[in-house]
Amino acid sequence: MVQMNNVTMVYENSDVAALDSVSLTISEGEFAFLVGPSGSGKTTIIKLLTGEIMPSDGEVIVNGFNTVKLKRRKMPQMRRTLGVIFQDFRLIDKMTVYDNVAFAMRVVGAANKEIRERVPKVLELVGLEGREKRLPAELSGGEQQRVAIARALVNNPTMIIADEPTGNLDPVRSLELMLLLEK
Amino acid sequence: MKLNRYGYLIGEGFRNIFTHCFMSFASVTIIIACLIVMGIFSLLDININQIIDDIGDQNQILAYVDEDMTAQEASAKLQTKLESLDNVASVEFVSRSEARESFMEKYDESLMEGIDDEVFRHRFSIQLIDLSLMDETKAEIEDVDGIVKVNAPTEFADKFISVRNVISIVSLALIVILGFVSLFIMSNTIKLATYGRREEIAIMKMVGASNSFIRCPFIVEGLVLGVVGGGLAFLAQWGLYAALEAKIVESLGISFVEIVPFAQVWPFVLITFLAVGILVGAVGGVIAIRNYLKV
Repeated sequence: MVQMNNVTMVYENSDVAALDSVSLTISEGEFAFLVGPSGSGKTTIIKLLTGEIMPSDGEVIVNGFNTVKLKRRKMPQMRRTLGVIFQDFRLIDKMTVYDNVAFAMRVVGAANKEIRERVPKVLELVGLEGREKRLPAELSGGEQQRVAIARALVNNPTMIIADEPTGNLDPVRSLELMLLLEK
Repeated sequence: MKLNRYGYLIGEGFRNIFTHCFMSFASVTIIIACLIVMGIFSLLDININQIIDDIGDQNQILAYVDEDMTAQEASAKLQTKLESLDNVASVEFVSRSEARESFMEKYDESLMEGIDDEVFRHRFSIQLIDLSLMDETKAEIEDVDGIVKVNAPTEFADKFISVRNVISIVSLALIVILGFVSLFIMSNTIKLATYGRREEIAIMKMVGASNSFIRCPFIVEGLVLGVVGGGLAFLAQWGLYAALEAKIVESLGISFVEIVPFAQVWPFVLITFLAVGILVGAVGGVIAIRNYLKV
């Protein structure tokens, strides 16, 4: 669940407000799309939801956590309720496909047995079976995107946030991805 | 934190060393270089102090005994009295005949022909704990019944103390300056090593990793690199010192300058090197990544 109340965001060294008194609510189970031209503040909203930046004014409540009031050391707990798919994938270069996905589970303290069972299932779900030992650099853009999706799904998050998830994909892959997210 | 997480994080620390092997090599090399430079100056300081202390030890007070006392009387009555004085380190009784023999060893024997032992007085050779208190101790010795005259090189002691103080201050200042320079170089190398991993840290934060989860492998990595750097620096210092010691003895023929044996100082060198290596490696790593954790 997301609730943004009168959120204003002005970046440092900037006079222009990226967001000006924005309020929105996304309920549980809802599939919401945020559309708009480049520079309209879509990524800013996502960064506010993930706690990467704090609003200049207003409040942001994500899965019951008020990010403005949340202590910095509690931020990881909020992030663990989210599965985020970044526009630029943000995979760890030195880790294999398997480790990139498993890493998200290790962070939440999952047991090794649980990791061994869950990661192959999720990789199969996104169509990356047989690619476990590859490094991100050895994958195509679409495959990297699917690793990012697998990582976002692996902990069964309460909410998935995707920043232009089809931006780097061809129409066929884009359709596949949307169907996958709908599952 | 669960046990299997500790295992994973420690393993990650070790894996990172090999994954970023060039930066690991650079960090260890810088740690070794800085420790050796600091070590050279510290050992030089230890040796200079040793030489100065040796010179100081050779400056003893001679207390001459009343001629009416026999050797047995002097030794029995005065030895303990002199030993009980505050600033006295050791007291050695030297009889007339021993004094004559010692004189003959130093000078031409022909000078002593026909001269009887009686010319020499019984005496005590006294070593002091603190040379700066030589004047006060000399006065105390003069007050002891049975001592008729005291010879003390007070002027030399004053000069000697001034020289020792200057050398101590200069060497300490050099070690402190070099220590800071070394820390600066080492922390910058570690900063450089972690700079390339800021994106990786940002991703970890975004998937919900806590700061301690991210820090732990860096601490392990820093500890290991610090221990390896400190250990290798110790071995290099040992080899360098042994080679230098051999060279000095060889070039001077007889060694009138007593070099402190490495066997005497190695625990100090090893503990200091490992401590500095661990401190710089682990603390430096944590400090270097702290800016990347503020996400």
